[in-house]
Amino acid sequence: MAAENLTLGKALNSGLRKAMEDDPKVIMMGEDIGKLGGVFRITDGLQKDFGEDRVIDTPLAESGIVGTAVGLAIRGYRPVCEIQFDGFVYPAFDQIVSQLAKMHYRSQGQVRLPVVIRIPFGGGIGAVEHHSESPETYFVHTAGLKVVTCASPVDAYWMIQQAIASDDPIVFLEPKRRYWEKGEVDTAAPAAQVFPLHASRVARPGTDCTVLAYGPMVKVALDAATAAEEDGRALEVIDLRTLSPLDLTPVYESVRRTGRCVVVHEAPATLGMGAEVAARVTEECFYSLESPVLRVAGFDTPYPASRLEEEYLPDLDRVLDAVDRSFGW
Amino acid sequence: MTTTAETATAELLDWYEQMAVIRRTEQAAQDLFLAGLVKGTTHLAAGHEAVAVGASTALRDDDYVFATYRGHHHAIARGATPEECLAELMSKATGLCGGKGGSMHLTKADRNMLGSYAIVGAHLPMAAGAAWSAVLRGSGQVAVAFFGDGATNIGTFHETLNLAAVWKLPVLFVCENNLYMEYTPIGSVTAVPNPAADRAAAYRLPAELLDGNDVLAVHAAVATAAQRARAGDGPTIIEARTYRQFGHSRTDPGKYRPEAEVAQWLARDPLTLARAALADRGVPESDVDAADQRARALVEAAVAAAKAAPEPDLATALTDVWADGSAGWRS
Repeated sequence: MAAENLTLGKALNSGLRKAMEDDPKVIMMGEDIGKLGGVFRITDGLQKDFGEDRVIDTPLAESGIVGTAVGLAIRGYRPVCEIQFDGFVYPAFDQIVSQLAKMHYRSQGQVRLPVVIRIPFGGGIGAVEHHSESPETYFVHTAGLKVVTCASPVDAYWMIQQAIASDDPIVFLEPKRRYWEKGEVDTAAPAAQVFPLHASRVARPGTDCTVLAYGPMVKVALDAATAAEEDGRALEVIDLRTLSPLDLTPVYESVRRTGRCVVVHEAPATLGMGAEVAARVTEECFYSLESPVLRVAGFDTPYPASRLEEEYLPDLDRVLDAVDRSFGW
Repeated sequence: MTTTAETATAELLDWYEQMAVIRRTEQAAQDLFLAGLVKGTTHLAAGHEAVAVGASTALRDDDYVFATYRGHHHAIARGATPEECLAELMSKATGLCGGKGGSMHLTKADRNMLGSYAIVGAHLPMAAGAAWSAVLRGSGQVAVAFFGDGATNIGTFHETLNLAAVWKLPVLFVCENNLYMEYTPIGSVTAVPNPAADRAAAYRLPAELLDGNDVLAVHAAVATAAQRARAGDGPTIIEARTYRQFGHSRTDPGKYRPEAEVAQWLARDPLTLARAALADRGVPESDVDAADQRARALVEAAVAAAKAAPEPDLATALTDVWADGSAGWRS
């Protein structure tokens, strides 16, 4: 047992370090990640310990960064690209969506693309547009990409290592507002005890309503469950963890028991993850549902000015309100 | 690597034959397209043969090549057979990518032909990345990105020239300047007269502007640039002026090009120039004709084989989404 109390950011840093120790083919690249250690210090100390050949400060050129990573990957390396902020990923969109995602398919498997694109995502830190966005749907919509997000330090530590070890390209979304939150991480846990990468997980069992969340919204959902308990409602919170491929088997099992389902995310509601989940839950659990699947999401607006972001972001009250509406059907 | 003066006559005759194979394959692709047997689209490189053959013969087998959607010539120059290329165009099971790539995505990874790319400029940073892998391995390999004149105005061109120059990567940027960005003269949409070479100074890179229809000139320039890259001296830009003998794609007749210009370039056909060079060296015309005949027979057999090849199993549409070969939950 080597349990440590780590922030989510430090857990990522330790996970990245472990991945570099385990495999000399792992290379980190991104803007300001070397000497500075990244604007959120997630790569702090890695260049110092692994050298400038393996932890590279790149030009400010997202398309060039991801394209270079593709070239490294198809010749045997495992590049990990840091995109400094969520909104900065769009200049690399062509490389990710048209190349990284599709080259394995169109070459009939002649080349493999084990690339991880790390993106600090979501709001809640008083930043603004381009620095607070939730772009997951674009990537989930693209066949050939896997998309995962962690919500706790222990998941951050293991999921980043699992993502780097994967032979598929993975967009790894980091809940930036949770970087500073702490949790226990057993860095010496035996492999059998480590939760699989592409699996959702019940974060809090309950019987009355299933609440689905991922990344930064898992904490909001858990806080809502604690508050609901006072009203005599036992919410079951499921952390989706993997957005592509989705793992909805535990969700179907849960909704068949609770009859109610609320999906929470920061991204705008229209065509967001909640829409896909609602469709699938409706198809699979139609006769168990007591009410429609409801969504608690960001508004269909550009990310607002920082003074307004607390109105934009789903919070405990909006989640509880959705639960109430689910019961009022 | 050999220089122009040292190129053996037998070698030049072999290059001629390779160019003839490419020309015949491109003509066959056009005929098959007009017969409705090519699925999708084609962008033919007839006229560009000297760039592919001149460059490829100056490279090691383990060097990496990245090409564009007008890339049949590079695939063949790197060892793909006309049969597997034509089968790929026809979406047959025996195609280079089992029919999943099509004309625009010819790939033969086991010969280090690391793909053709239909998003203009997308492969330039990939070539930089592959070159970087060679540096990390200390293998002395180089990567070559072939691209058209149109690519010189897109962001990845400039991003890649910069980072490859900063990191001194062993990568060659070879622009096939055929004077037209699709249907528009490149000169009318570009701030400098030589779209690739004139940009080199901004990245402190050496550049060479040459006749892309002269296989000996291309070979010599690529050999020199590759040597430079292998020595750790970084990238070189090569701008090879050439000309498409067909239109941009599919059935485009290319009527937007002045007749005199077309005639002038057809007179400077790369195969005609190579024939003249062979004649200068005293090679009998019958030897060159024999090379032509071999090319013709090879491509005729390739067409027949590609036509006879089986269609792909429909199930392959649901394979290889993921690295384990599956399509997972998306199926």
